[in-house]
Amino acid sequence: MKYVLGTLFVCVLLFNCDKTKNENELTKVEQNDIQEKVELEVLDFNMLEPYLTKEDNQVYVINFWATWCAPCVKELPVFEKLHSNYKEKKVKVILVSLDFPKQYESKLIPFIKSNNLQSQILVLNDTDSNTWIPKVSEEWSGAIPSTLIYTKENRKFYEKSFNYSELETEVQQFLK
Amino acid sequence: MKLLKVGMILIAIIAFSAFTSIENTGYKVGDIATDFTLENVDGKMVSLANYPEAKGFIVVFTCNTCPFSVAYEDRIIALNNKYASQGYPVIAIMPNSPTASPGDSMEAMKARAKAKGFTFPYLIDKGQKVYPEYGASKTPHVYVLQKVKKGNQVKYIGAIDDNYQHPDSVNQKYVENAVDALLEGKSIKETHTRAIGCTIKV
Repeated sequence: MKYVLGTLFVCVLLFNCDKTKNENELTKVEQNDIQEKVELEVLDFNMLEPYLTKEDNQVYVINFWATWCAPCVKELPVFEKLHSNYKEKKVKVILVSLDFPKQYESKLIPFIKSNNLQSQILVLNDTDSNTWIPKVSEEWSGAIPSTLIYTKENRKFYEKSFNYSELETEVQQFLK
Repeated sequence: MKLLKVGMILIAIIAFSAFTSIENTGYKVGDIATDFTLENVDGKMVSLANYPEAKGFIVVFTCNTCPFSVAYEDRIIALNNKYASQGYPVIAIMPNSPTASPGDSMEAMKARAKAKGFTFPYLIDKGQKVYPEYGASKTPHVYVLQKVKKGNQVKYIGAIDDNYQHPDSVNQKYVENAVDALLEGKSIKETHTRAIGCTIKV
């Protein structure tokens, strides 16, 4: 019982500490530094599915987000940091945008450019979400931000926001 | 030592309540939904008990700020226009904390309800007690309730239909199908569906 209480206590402490941490802001780059044209890769779920079921030796971190989702935008720097710290360590970060097609040009592309996003970005445009949400995870109610982490042996789904240490801890579990 | 004991008990309570709130996943189809008393945009308090004539309710957790909610506003109005007279009025509840999401303050809700001409109550879940009880995780998130002897029984949980982008391209009107089945005394084919939505802001 003491052990259980102790564990719970640590959980509570961790939970409270997490809230006080501030994540790094995305590095804003000067507009004139961007020469590259952003080409979006827009997929339906059948086209996206192979990215969720790869069987190589990498850890895949798939984050579902959108520019209109404030908590998603807030946690993006965490995934960008993971990408830059772990790209040599067999961790692949993929950001799957659920932005509306009418906002690709007006919001999504400008957002990718101005935040200079480095992780791979895919855009999912498939309105029949009742069919594909359970295929991503049975646990997913459909709220975003949500993240899938998987290897060929193991997969875990998180319907929550991450800070960097939480995300790194989870990814470490998959690297073991 | 006494202090330590009190401390331990406090920690246990905090830990336990944190634990239970995570574990509580809300209503499942078949559960009886408890009533609530929440403030409407007209300043009046609204409960399900205020509708003695109703056969049930279409409870929609929605808000001003989520693009999915906005995309569904006209369809929520249409649901109320179609089903209120048949005994299934829409009750909209805004579950976000206005501190976390200022665009969902009572003032903003009033403005939105007026601009869109909402024909149904648009209630604020002040203190955010109701949405966790239902288990709503996002906006929009619909619960169709039917009045039975024991209370208001949950009959359907999920999305309004299967196409948030184009109302004209909808194939499955999940909520309409559910309410139609209830009105006809038939069983609901799909009692639980999923859709993308905005996480509830706490």
